[in-house]
Amino acid sequence: MNDQIIEALQAQFGEDGVYGIGESHGILQVTTEVENIVPMIHFLYAHPVFKFQFLTDLAGIHFPEAKGQELGVIYHLHSLENNVRLWIKAYAPIEAPNFPTITGLFATANWMEREAFDFYGIIFEGHPNLTRILNMDEMDYHPMRKEYPLEDATRHDKIDELFGR
Amino acid sequence: MSEIALVNSPNVGLDKTQKGGPYVNELSTLNLGPTHPATHGIFQNILTMDGETIVDAEQTVGYIHRAFEKIAERRPFYQITTLTDRMNYCSAPINNMGWHMTVEKLLGIEVPKRAQYMRVIMMELARLTDHIVCNSILAVDTGALTGFLYVYQWREFIYEIYEEMCGARLTTNMGRFGGMERDFTPVAIEKIKKLLKELPAALKEFEGLVMRNRIFMDRTQNVGGISAERALNYGFTGPNLRAAGVDYDVRSLNPYSSYEDFEFDVPVGTKGDTYDRFLVREEEMWQSLRIIQQAMDNLPEGPYHADAPHYYLPDKQDVYHNMEALIYHFKIVMGEIDAPVGEVYHSVEGGNGELGFHLVSDGGRTPYRLKFRRPGFIYYQAFPEMIKGTTLSDAIVTMSSMNVIAGELDT
Repeated sequence: MNDQIIEALQAQFGEDGVYGIGESHGILQVTTEVENIVPMIHFLYAHPVFKFQFLTDLAGIHFPEAKGQELGVIYHLHSLENNVRLWIKAYAPIEAPNFPTITGLFATANWMEREAFDFYGIIFEGHPNLTRILNMDEMDYHPMRKEYPLEDATRHDKIDELFGR
Repeated sequence: MSEIALVNSPNVGLDKTQKGGPYVNELSTLNLGPTHPATHGIFQNILTMDGETIVDAEQTVGYIHRAFEKIAERRPFYQITTLTDRMNYCSAPINNMGWHMTVEKLLGIEVPKRAQYMRVIMMELARLTDHIVCNSILAVDTGALTGFLYVYQWREFIYEIYEEMCGARLTTNMGRFGGMERDFTPVAIEKIKKLLKELPAALKEFEGLVMRNRIFMDRTQNVGGISAERALNYGFTGPNLRAAGVDYDVRSLNPYSSYEDFEFDVPVGTKGDTYDRFLVREEEMWQSLRIIQQAMDNLPEGPYHADAPHYYLPDKQDVYHNMEALIYHFKIVMGEIDAPVGEVYHSVEGGNGELGFHLVSDGGRTPYRLKFRRPGFIYYQAFPEMIKGTTLSDAIVTMSSMNVIAGELDT
């Protein structure tokens, strides 16, 4: 099944549009460009065989070292009929972390995208209500980004170097 | 909001202040929560009401957000277990073991059969507690307190089994990477056997009081229903999805921890309303008992944990008398063991749906990114759609039957 999905995706979006193909503990993953996300998810949703019609999860992720591709979104699709899971990943620069919304296709993406916005500052264009969800509205930063330290910066008893971290 | 409604209203233009005049259709705002005795957790719903009918609802969540995903990025793997049992605290062992299985997948640890069966038993006991709480509280919300007391003592009894297995009751921190922390003690086995023998009678008593009770049926049938299409679109999982008629159960579709060895049915509903959700949970309790019975009958002999010295804490006696054990003990406790690079997703059938752990490891001692797929967070957003057009009392029972756990929703 995984090979068929890759073949169909490459036929539809070209070899350049689908890369980073891999399999991790049984789950297929592909990387694509931001502009391909909605067409690709729609293609997989409407495909007569694959039927990826269940959005299991949507996770933001931050790689500070990957210049120009700092912020990513992982779409976790599940085809309940075939019992196949698929990760679609896309990355955008941190200066303009704009992703298209998929709330038009999945109602469940609403809060998931709000969560990714809340914690990573990823902007989902076209989202009906892109506001913070778990944190307070007054917060002026996105706490899951790697540059925000977890613990109080004034503490000196937990310096990473002392613990070999 | 109220202005638009007034324009559409046939009564527009009538003088509201006129004494004894005709009824004026005016919308009012009602704050349900954040702390309300009927919402079982800290949820805020700002309802727009037309008389007693709900026109719209706006949710606010996050009142008990504790930044678990951020904290997890600084903790060694074994310390994250204690975060997971604070998510869905009604079925904490499922969360613990789901997390353990995720890490075992990343590390490639093979868990012995006995430990897998023990996990199944503990997870099904946790499912029993979760469903006992949800269903009996649903009955309480419709005004029936008696049934609640009949089954709640058995939840208490299951907590005693937890105590026997891990020393804790609510936030269990049960098991370890590679298996269980300790074998079943004779007391634990005796208690599980007692539960299997005596819980069915209490369950039957509860069902006799509630299930075909006219008042209960009137309060729950055709209340808060959702179609299978909408439920799937909203990412429903667990009993709520099955009540809508979709037979998706992680235990049968992607079996983990030897669930493929057991015979059990996946109950489904037809309408997806509150009554169906209640019935699905009732039937799941019987199926859980069936699974526990099978696991107890066929409990294999052998070790109760994997031989994974890098991750499994050695016996305390060995730590004092064995150099190797002391080294591993120190390294594990100090969190000085690197995990392999990889990306893993593992999901278990939690008390209220598919509980997933998406773990990205960069080869360090802590996760690079850990995303919890919390079923409650995902399906609670359908709540306004489910209660639109119903009354306030219907909204209360709908919320109760959805089994939304605030700790899980807010992480």
